[in-house]
Amino acid sequence: MKTTNNIVPGQGVPSPLPENVAGRIGLKQLFLGFLKIGLLGFGGLAPVAHHVIVEDRAWLTEQEYASLLGLGQILPGGNIINLAVIMGDRFQGIWGSLTALAALMAMPLVILMALALLYERFAGLAVVRTAIGGSAAVAAGLVIGTAAKILWKLRLSWIGLLFAALAFAAVGLLQLSLVPVIVVLAPLSVGVAYTRRRS
Amino acid sequence: MKNHVLWQIALTFASLSLVAMGGANAVVPEIHRQIVGAHGWMNDATFSQLFAIAQAAPGPNILLASLIGWRIAGMAGLAVATLAMIVPSSVLAFTVGRLVNRLADAPWISVTKAGLVPIAVGLIMAGGLVMARAAVHSLFSLAITVGAAIFVLCSDRNPLWALAGGTIISLLGLWGGVVK
Repeated sequence: MKTTNNIVPGQGVPSPLPENVAGRIGLKQLFLGFLKIGLLGFGGLAPVAHHVIVEDRAWLTEQEYASLLGLGQILPGGNIINLAVIMGDRFQGIWGSLTALAALMAMPLVILMALALLYERFAGLAVVRTAIGGSAAVAAGLVIGTAAKILWKLRLSWIGLLFAALAFAAVGLLQLSLVPVIVVLAPLSVGVAYTRRRS
Repeated sequence: MKNHVLWQIALTFASLSLVAMGGANAVVPEIHRQIVGAHGWMNDATFSQLFAIAQAAPGPNILLASLIGWRIAGMAGLAVATLAMIVPSSVLAFTVGRLVNRLADAPWISVTKAGLVPIAVGLIMAGGLVMARAAVHSLFSLAITVGAAIFVLCSDRNPLWALAGGTIISLLGLWGGVVK
């Protein structure tokens, strides 16, 4: 690919952010900001992350946020987790990454433990089993609905739809192992996208 | 023996960390395949219940891994599963974040995204199918699943509303004698 001019090897910590912004945000601010994102991130982190980082704290402009999130999205792992790692590093180096990551996970893990202990304590009750069974049915529907919504909004080309269908069939219907499926499909799909973009 | 289980948990989730494109929902089928299928650590019902609890908590959806780790091996399992799921992908994000400088005009990012997004969507849909297979046992629960999917498709409200609504409807069903 003739795009290497866009990948600049790190000299120190490269930063696309204005100097004044990068220096001003300390570990404490990073911690509090990502603590808030984790705590308020019910039903998905993306909306609250955007609110805190762009609107509330004005750490990044819309464009900077979009480009960092874009990078977080093409990397494996949670998008906002990746965003926390990269933003933390841009602001405060490796300690910034660790701080943002720890802050992001702290409250959700505490709340999760509380829910898990309640579940363990009361799972024997018919009311609790029914309630959780009901929310499990909802959760399945939420995932299906989300996928359908993304699919609808993307307006994929036929080749994109083909790759989506192949991934769905291989993992969902044939229940093949995920790693080989991705190792085969991902380079093919990116290669096709690259070829189509050039032509 | 306990250490052996922790090691297996670490291996299971660490191997998924680097292929979790678009987050944890894309690796739900594989987590299910390994946890319920290959290792037999829990049954379908427990798996879908843990998934529901993870959805009800705030935070990243990789919390499903934390919860599964906890269920299999307690607090140590929770810590191992969480770290195994987070560390490999975060180290990669950290490294790539340092290598990549000017992001806004990097065409290879949008090309890579264009290639990966369809696969991620297909995998998330597969995740939904696996969850539905585990959670739907009657016409009643099928109706709840379909209703939740329609809710997400047709509104931009927080999905927590659907979770609350579906739970209440299930309880009403219990008291009305529709579900056991």
